[in-house]
Amino acid sequence: MNVTYTVFRFDPSKDKESRYEAYQVPVREGMTVLDGLLYILDNVDPTLSFRFACREGVCGSCAMFINGSYRLACQTQIKDLKSDRIKIEPLPNFQVIKDLVVDLAVFFEKLEKAMPYLVAAGALPEKERLQSMEQRKQINEVIDCILCAACQSACPQAWTNKDFLGPAVLTKAYRFVGDSRDGAQRERLKLVAGEDGVWRCHSVFNCVEACPKKINQTVAISRLKRKAFVQKLKFWQRDGATNGRKVG
Amino acid sequence: MVIHDVIIVGGGLSGLRAAIAAHDGGLDVGVVSQVYPVRSHSGAAQGGINAALGNAEGGEDDNPERHAYDTVKGSDFLADQDAVEVMTGMAPGIIFEMEHWGVPFSRTKSDKIAQRPFGGGAFPRTCFAADKTGRFLLHTMFEQMLKRHIKVYPEWLMMSLVVNDGVCCGLVGYHIPTGEFESFQGKAIVLGTGGYGQVYARSTNTLINSGSGMAHAYHAGAPLKDMEFVQFHPTSLIGSNILVTEGARGEGGYLINKLGERFMKKYAPKVVELAPRDMVSRAIQTEINEGRGFDDSYVLLDLRHLGKEKILERLPEIREHSIHFVGVDPIVAPIPIQPGQHYSMGGIDTDFDGQTPVPGLFAAGECACVSVHGANRLGGNSLLETIVFGKRSGEKTVQYVKGREWKPVPEGVFQYALDIVRARVAALFQGTGQQEPAAIRAEMKETMFFKVGIFRERKLMDEALKRIAELQERYRHLRAIKGGKIFNLDLCRAYELRYMLDLAEAIAAGAIARQESRGSHSRLDFNKRDDHNWGKHTLAYPTPEGPRLSYRPVTFTKWQPEERKY
Repeated sequence: MNVTYTVFRFDPSKDKESRYEAYQVPVREGMTVLDGLLYILDNVDPTLSFRFACREGVCGSCAMFINGSYRLACQTQIKDLKSDRIKIEPLPNFQVIKDLVVDLAVFFEKLEKAMPYLVAAGALPEKERLQSMEQRKQINEVIDCILCAACQSACPQAWTNKDFLGPAVLTKAYRFVGDSRDGAQRERLKLVAGEDGVWRCHSVFNCVEACPKKINQTVAISRLKRKAFVQKLKFWQRDGATNGRKVG
Repeated sequence: MVIHDVIIVGGGLSGLRAAIAAHDGGLDVGVVSQVYPVRSHSGAAQGGINAALGNAEGGEDDNPERHAYDTVKGSDFLADQDAVEVMTGMAPGIIFEMEHWGVPFSRTKSDKIAQRPFGGGAFPRTCFAADKTGRFLLHTMFEQMLKRHIKVYPEWLMMSLVVNDGVCCGLVGYHIPTGEFESFQGKAIVLGTGGYGQVYARSTNTLINSGSGMAHAYHAGAPLKDMEFVQFHPTSLIGSNILVTEGARGEGGYLINKLGERFMKKYAPKVVELAPRDMVSRAIQTEINEGRGFDDSYVLLDLRHLGKEKILERLPEIREHSIHFVGVDPIVAPIPIQPGQHYSMGGIDTDFDGQTPVPGLFAAGECACVSVHGANRLGGNSLLETIVFGKRSGEKTVQYVKGREWKPVPEGVFQYALDIVRARVAALFQGTGQQEPAAIRAEMKETMFFKVGIFRERKLMDEALKRIAELQERYRHLRAIKGGKIFNLDLCRAYELRYMLDLAEAIAAGAIARQESRGSHSRLDFNKRDDHNWGKHTLAYPTPEGPRLSYRPVTFTKWQPEERKY
């Protein structure tokens, strides 16, 4: 059986406009969309450009727009697409470097704005800190993020506000805010509760739909919102603005 | 030209840990990586990282010395015992540091870091974070690097190392997104470029593991050590050869043949499925070869008796991979598995501070051979190796850089190196031959898996070496490389292929010469270990006629060779 790959092509060094190119790909049992792209590269058209590495859905290299959905090419079985036509485009809303390769520099720069590292709460013991499985469960889902940038690409807020940190970056922030071992909640919440942070999220859930690791970024962001809000209230409370009522 | 005190090549665990150590030691560091660091192959490691913490039930009596003994025995007495003791001694501290940096380890009932049994270990010693340990270690290491604002050059491919007057002083890089060349100058260069899995068919490794970093060191004057020792992991998914962690057996999984037997009882009566990897891979292959496999190609890994809850908590990604890639949910059906190439025990010759024989050139992790794994690596020791020796290499560069008077390297040295690389690339674009690089690569991979594989014999290996020579000759007649300057995969893959063939040749040559069976090197024509003649490390040096081999004694401290029984 053959499927037809229709692949987005654009080489800014010579093309004025992007185009689509069709390739016939013979399908064998167990073949993924990435396998098909590698087949094209090795047998049909060596000029095709795309990113890949682990081919098992853990490195985040091959997030693409496949038949109108955000997917990791390596994690997508051709037969699961239930179609003999597969349209492959680069992640929308990023600048295209060539073909299916987009410029992720902006994304990784934004990541640095969320204080993306654990800050120890108090002095460190000689051995490991204790953490219960129950406490760890708080972050069990968000630590699965592989920084593939699919959610970042799918977020309508990120389309219109170039400075919006975006779902992946905010999820990373929540990964620490939700970690019982972290001691920098206040600073980090301040960073993500700014103008380009959590309040720009209107809970459209595009990110959740786009995520190949099934992470619920919108929930993570709403938890950040709640914590940021409570922190604000505590600030007011300390200033007497809540008339002594207990909040949070 | 880009200039830093230290240039690290590779954004995986070894490279990033070396970068952090050098940075913390006061040096200015640049990390050159073929991919964004979080894409590195370290992130594919699943089952865990060994350290004698004694956290698990039944593990209370564990200690670094026992960890060292297990490692030495696992290595079939080829590991250098002083290096092993350094590694196992540092292991607990390394784990605590990674915990302090934020790794979300799974936890015991008493809230400590959880540990599971792994093959060849006397105690449950493998610290884990579900079945995603490598990924969490890599992401945490990346976060620590971001915290320090260490400069990263992502998507730069190393094209050659630069050596001046016998001292390594930099490299030539190729920026994949733009096609530009640049020289990188450093007083010390640390390679953390990983293994060569893609030299073999049926590899569990990421598709970018060409091993070309090892080959660049080889050509820069650092010998390759013990290259004939290639680890085949017992359990990879049929078809894709995606890894199924040893943790699946550590948690209690069974291996089953076509007759429904737990066949490992025959091969390792005491530890059954938890024998070291070389033994389990041979056992599986024997079952298949003798007609007790399925379709002459696989056996089953049965996890069903572990129950849904344990599978979901401890092995969630194994379940997802099985569902995605073979359409099997291990909660309800056994997983079809076969051995796959997994790891290189051999690599660039280093001491236990990462120093190669070339001054200024350091290496750590899978690309290096210290040797702590000897003829067979124990599961859970590779993540440990990356961090221990990444750290030690980085720290050593601090001493190396600060302890010397530095004269500027003549500009012409880098210009010359750049010119050579540019000429090689130009020649690839102007190729007039008919040979397809993809065809050469595919033939190399098949040749290595089937002729220098799990079971070896002279006749097949001679054929392999001859075939590699033919492929090298065909490589000289490649068709012209196509495409332009931007993100040219055809160029990158063809450029690296030459170096992969060099590694294939070194592996085959070392394997033919070693007339014994030891660890992963299992010869049908010499089926016993021969300590008298072969208790020594192989060193391969490049010559125009192929690798020249010499040998070096193994370092013993506490343990004399004994028969390896489990």
